[in-house]
Amino acid sequence: MNIVQLIKPDENARFPAEFFFRRPAAPDRRGALRRAAAAGCGCPRRAEGIIVVSMATELFDATLLARLQFAFTVAFHILFPAFTIGLASYLAVLEFLWLRTRRRAYLDLFRFWVRIFALAFGMGVVSGVVMSYQFGTNWGPFADATGPVLGPLLGYEVLTAFFLEAGFLGIMLFGMKRVGERLHFLATCIVAIGTLISAFWILSANSWMQTPAGHTLVDGRYLPDDWLAIVFNPSFPFRFAHMVLAAYLATAFAVGAVGAFHLRRDRASAPARTMFSMAMWMALLVAPLQLVVGDLHGLNTFEYQPAKIAAMEGHWETQAGAPLILFGWPDTEAEKTRYAIEIPKLGSFILTRDLDGTVPGLKDWPADERPNATWLFWSFRLMVGLGLLMIATGLVGLALRRGGRLYESPWFLRGAMAMGPSGFLAILAGWVTTEVGRQPWLVYGLMRTEDGRSPIAAPAVGASLSAFVVVYIAVFGFGIWYMLRMMAKQPGPDAEPPASPAPTVSARVPAGPDEAARDGAPA
Amino acid sequence: MIDLPLIWAALIAIAVLMYVVLDGFDLGLGILFPWIRKPAHRNTMIDSIAPVWDGNETWLVLGGGGLFAVFPLAYSLLMTAFYAPLIAMLLALIFRGVAFEFRLRDPKHTPFWDAAFAGGSMLATFAQGLVLGAFIQGIDVSGRSYAGGWYDWLTPFSLFTGVALLAGYALLGAGWLIMKTEGALQDRAYALARPLLIAVLVAIGIVSFWTALAHEAIADRWFAWPSIAILAPVPLLVVAIAWSLDRALRRRRDRMPFLMALAMFALSYLGLGISLFPQIVPPSVTIWQAASPPESLGFLLAGTLVLLPLILFYTGYVYWVFRGKVREGEGYHGH
Repeated sequence: MNIVQLIKPDENARFPAEFFFRRPAAPDRRGALRRAAAAGCGCPRRAEGIIVVSMATELFDATLLARLQFAFTVAFHILFPAFTIGLASYLAVLEFLWLRTRRRAYLDLFRFWVRIFALAFGMGVVSGVVMSYQFGTNWGPFADATGPVLGPLLGYEVLTAFFLEAGFLGIMLFGMKRVGERLHFLATCIVAIGTLISAFWILSANSWMQTPAGHTLVDGRYLPDDWLAIVFNPSFPFRFAHMVLAAYLATAFAVGAVGAFHLRRDRASAPARTMFSMAMWMALLVAPLQLVVGDLHGLNTFEYQPAKIAAMEGHWETQAGAPLILFGWPDTEAEKTRYAIEIPKLGSFILTRDLDGTVPGLKDWPADERPNATWLFWSFRLMVGLGLLMIATGLVGLALRRGGRLYESPWFLRGAMAMGPSGFLAILAGWVTTEVGRQPWLVYGLMRTEDGRSPIAAPAVGASLSAFVVVYIAVFGFGIWYMLRMMAKQPGPDAEPPASPAPTVSARVPAGPDEAARDGAPA
Repeated sequence: MIDLPLIWAALIAIAVLMYVVLDGFDLGLGILFPWIRKPAHRNTMIDSIAPVWDGNETWLVLGGGGLFAVFPLAYSLLMTAFYAPLIAMLLALIFRGVAFEFRLRDPKHTPFWDAAFAGGSMLATFAQGLVLGAFIQGIDVSGRSYAGGWYDWLTPFSLFTGVALLAGYALLGAGWLIMKTEGALQDRAYALARPLLIAVLVAIGIVSFWTALAHEAIADRWFAWPSIAILAPVPLLVVAIAWSLDRALRRRRDRMPFLMALAMFALSYLGLGISLFPQIVPPSVTIWQAASPPESLGFLLAGTLVLLPLILFYTGYVYWVFRGKVREGEGYHGH
């Protein structure tokens, strides 16, 4: 029986709904709850429940829980697409090189990475399905208001990217014997292009929330005026380039670390040498490029979201000739950055290209319109610090390569292994920077975060958040563990003991006679 | 004047039906897992859907994303109203989705991931059935926000539709297995299909009459003159299809059972559409009230008219590439 139906529709009757659902319209919600509890409504046990829950509601702000839920689910999700964007392109390159040169190492590498790709892709799909429902479950009013603008962007993502990827992935993974080499290569390329199209649309949608354009606001709903202006909103080109390069870098360093791991065991392994060399070329070329793109993205942010930049830089006062604060502790209460180590005037120079340029400080905005400076200051430094380490890795790799010692230096191989997760960490730090920096807005400058939340109260949001945390850590924990195990397995057929008695992990792409048959083997 | 919301309602309905029948049969395999225990058989079952399952699940994303785009009010209301079962469904889909890969990557724990595959498939199906039942029952709305309680979706009716959908997807799964496999596994699927067909027929009957009894407007739509004459073919066709499905099972025709099960789903779905049209959030919000402005509907429609046929074409191509019985040494296993 339904708890709402138990009660007659009088004034007090609404309280069970209020119990779980925050009504945006209710002016004095807690007062109403207390009155309802006092009235008893003929169900005293439930009234006790209300008091307990209303206390819990005060302890855990439902908006914060809903934000945490989105942040948690999207942070887990983003790692998989970032990896598959990079790996899909890498696999297309490997297959191309194999078809051109017929060098065995390329085929071995393709087989090695395509299995890891399949695993990462599967986890990306299932964590992505969750995302397509997160907008509605926890952010219903936001979905209702922005649906006319954001909905078609996501719709196009599904129609132009998801179906393409999912459809041709089947052929890429299982269809070699059925379609032949050329069509198989085409399928790999289509999957790679699909991942990029997907990034295009989702970053356009995200960018619109950061720098909304091309719409009119009618009765609190965003109606589209100019689709070109919406899709190519001011921050989109920068964010798209920055994210795609980030995905490539993250993949390159993951591949490099795996290569280094196998080189440390066997210097002569051709697949390990090939992947390590390719990864170091990527680091050398893409990491500096990312610095340039990141700088342009920062200037764009300075133009459209100066408060975010002020928080990233730890600037509280508007000043001409602002310093670059290298390290410090932004103190939100005191409205200043403590223990600052700074370089005079460099901050102004980076942001305005003028040593005496004026840079706004956080105090220009009312306290309730400022993003959290402590988070932004540090997440930004973590991202930039990792980026500089990546550039250094690329340069050292070049120096060693010229000395003919790229595969020989033990300390560099260890360093490359340590850099394996750096790209993923940098991606997370970058997303924290841009998303925490968007606060307190959902649609920048137009819709505050708390106004977009579904009328679902803290206990329900908290319960579902706990469920997500438990399931994600368990399931994706296993998944990442399996992925690491697959990475640790030596690439190339020579490493696999032929006709192993125990059923081992089987190959899925071009079949080799070396793989142990598994079908029918006792489990 | 083109009625864009109407066109979109039809397109979204097609997307949801595509999801139901496509993911229906692969969820159905998970539901059948407890009755098919031989590891080799289970591997063959997984191999039969490995190349297509994530394409099938993409229709669910299209349903969600499409609703967000063209009926944002409905998306907002339905997601909030069905909060708990939807989140349960998503978590269940995670378990079964990763199980495809994990059961192979970790042979020592294959039984555990098999259980995750079966349990995830069942829970996801049951949650979808709950949502279906709660959707038919209707949702309490005031203004533009959800006004019901958070257990509203939980009623005897929705529990029944949850169970009914389990039987329905299992029947689709059995039909798929009959079509795609041979030998002992196919025999097993034949044996399971008969009782499932009976269960599905009973369930369709109960849901139909229960719906009509509970909702006068729906009863009027079906039983008042002259609509009863126009609509009578729908239930009659269901009976005819069930009969031919049963005959196909007795005569051991390989493809017919699956196709007939698909037809049965499509017809039941059509019946549901007839009952509820033009509401998108029963009983109070119609497709026109929930629709995005014409600028949004038109922008997405322009692309969809090109892309949807293309998607259907290459999805069909993928199924064609993997046509016929599951081959030894293909998919995850063998080599």
